[in-house]
Amino acid sequence: MQRKRVNPAKLSTLSASFSGQEISVFKWIHRFASPPFVYRLAGKLTPWIGWLCLASLLVGLYLGLVVAPADYEQGDSYRIIYIHVPAAWMSMFIYVVMAVSSAVFLIWRMKLADVVAMASAPIGASFTFVALFTGSFWGKPMWGTWWIWDARLTSELLLLFLYLGYMALRGALEQPQSAARAAAILAIVGVVNIPIIHFSVEWWNTLHQPATITRMDKPAMHISMLRPLLVMMLAFQLLYFHNLLVRLRTGILQREARAGWVAKLAAGEVNG
Amino acid sequence: MNNTLEAKGVTIWRGETLLLDAVDLTVGPGEVLQLAGANGSGKTTLLGALCGLAELDEGEVHWNGKLLHKDRAAFADALLYLGHRPGISGGLTPVENLELFCALNGGDAANIESVLDELSLGLQSMLPCRVLSAGQQRRVALARLRLQQRKLWILDEPLTSLDTAGLDWVRTRIAEQAAANGSVIFTTHQVLNLDSVPIQTLHLEASA
Amino acid sequence: MSKPQSQNESIGLIALMLTIIRRDLLLAVRHAGQWLNPLFFFVIVVSLFPLGVGPGPNTLAIIAPGVLWVSALLATLLSLDSLFLRDRRDGTLEQLVLSGHPLSVIVIAKVLAHWLLSGLPLLLISPLLGVFMQLPVTALSTLMISLFLGTLTLSLIGAIGAALTVSLNQSGVLLSLLVLPLSVPVLIFGAGAVVAAASMLPVLGHLSLLAAMFALALALAPLAAAAALRVGVSAGS
Repeated sequence: MQRKRVNPAKLSTLSASFSGQEISVFKWIHRFASPPFVYRLAGKLTPWIGWLCLASLLVGLYLGLVVAPADYEQGDSYRIIYIHVPAAWMSMFIYVVMAVSSAVFLIWRMKLADVVAMASAPIGASFTFVALFTGSFWGKPMWGTWWIWDARLTSELLLLFLYLGYMALRGALEQPQSAARAAAILAIVGVVNIPIIHFSVEWWNTLHQPATITRMDKPAMHISMLRPLLVMMLAFQLLYFHNLLVRLRTGILQREARAGWVAKLAAGEVNG
Repeated sequence: MNNTLEAKGVTIWRGETLLLDAVDLTVGPGEVLQLAGANGSGKTTLLGALCGLAELDEGEVHWNGKLLHKDRAAFADALLYLGHRPGISGGLTPVENLELFCALNGGDAANIESVLDELSLGLQSMLPCRVLSAGQQRRVALARLRLQQRKLWILDEPLTSLDTAGLDWVRTRIAEQAAANGSVIFTTHQVLNLDSVPIQTLHLEASA
Repeated sequence: MSKPQSQNESIGLIALMLTIIRRDLLLAVRHAGQWLNPLFFFVIVVSLFPLGVGPGPNTLAIIAPGVLWVSALLATLLSLDSLFLRDRRDGTLEQLVLSGHPLSVIVIAKVLAHWLLSGLPLLLISPLLGVFMQLPVTALSTLMISLFLGTLTLSLIGAIGAALTVSLNQSGVLLSLLVLPLSVPVLIFGAGAVVAAASMLPVLGHLSLLAAMFALALALAPLAAAAALRVGVSAGS
């Protein structure tokens, strides 16, 4: 039997499985469902985003480490928030991206959405780890211990478990199609749970440590301290996008390895 | 479109391997279709796709003109599926297993004892199925062919572990089903000859 | 021969659930290990803490709510294997999926049967274990109520994990990794209720939150588990 390659045009019919009709207003989106299109687009965007990211990182670090004044209470050790807070924010943001793309994958069968989810998971887990690591570093000068069970760190720890569970489930199921769908369900279940976990941990924390005043997220800050934080937030967003685009391209190549356009690409790159 | 199962362009990938490549088939009332092919050629997967168990990468399966998942209840009413494994609980007796099927899916529970007798399981009807041999368990599962009146039978290797009497019994049932304008799709490694009914065959080849 | 009986429409949802519950209970009664093992595990694990921590009644009383709750959580986790795995192995799961009945209702029925075999025994033996752990007698009723709501919720949440891993042969550790983070809110408020009761503080808030979580789990978990089961039956043979 002749092997058919996946025809990008076939992916253009995005019919929601529950409505059963083509949603014509979304037809323009089907360009984004086409792997070769996204592959090329990602390739063009990556260097721009990379340089922008580097620039904002340097600016942010300079502003944060050099320009911003020392804190009244904590001296210079507070500066870790310029890494910790953006990392924590990204860890949450990426999980939401994962969950949304998982939902898109399940409902509209858009394979690229699954590639986005799969590519984002390790990045999100890394940001979570960075948040935990920097949070622990912050804790040492403040409380004298390497770990403290405050609400933020505990939530981040549970979030890390959610990420690891997602990646473990993906890895454990042998067939990629089932692994993708099962992981997508898990991501959606996780995102529903995250607010509940947050709320429970906050409550648990205030109950058991009533004396803890110092919180690790953004205190009311002077603009000179806030500005570097915003720049670092932007920098981390760009870092995520850069990583995502690179992983997305690799993921697309892996999935579409048998497709004609990939063979042409490989031949072209070998020759050119 | 009455009681016809139609598969169009069914394509299923297993990881890197293209297992089923744009398979088309149509089975109408009174037709018997055998899926033939070597191990690994995708027969079980295709049967799963025809039941609505397996996810298709491309293509569609229709029953009576409607997509399978659009009207699951109607398709479930029409379908009798026997899979690779017998589909019976080891901890329950044959009678309990069959009563359960009749309660969940419809079927005449009053006939259970007589059908079990027909299948030479009369003595074992009160033993838990896990102490029965593989062939006996298969026969308990096959009893559904008698107890439940369905328009479409999809049978995955129904003849496994059966002796000659069992083979004859299945042969007769399939012939009866075809005569009653029902459809049968099955796979088997053994040779099954029906006297009265022509068997169409679809060969699946494992892709290189 | 017989006349064909009317088909799937003939069985209502309640009858469907009762049929499935009866089937699962019957199967469990014939495999005593399935429901006795988690119970023994619960008792043994709780008994280990005085051995590990020391028998001082004050210490035990302080850690009692947490110990009892975590042990109950772990025992429930242990019992989740039996929820779908056996049915997948003998092929009855795909028959249930193909039966045309709403899969989420089937899931609720199975979870209920599973709870009757795992959660209910835990809850019934918990006062005894509370006494082992020097929990004040005033807190024992709260312990039972919180475990009642909590184990039901945990069974529902656990069903999602069990359904996601149903196609794996060795799913134990992965199942725990998936289910435990999701169970943390239940643990926090369940143990919190018992702590409050031990200090003669009001528990209504904790219990209402537990009830709310149970309601949410009852509404959403069967849907997720049903979706995961469909993935599980299509994965391989």
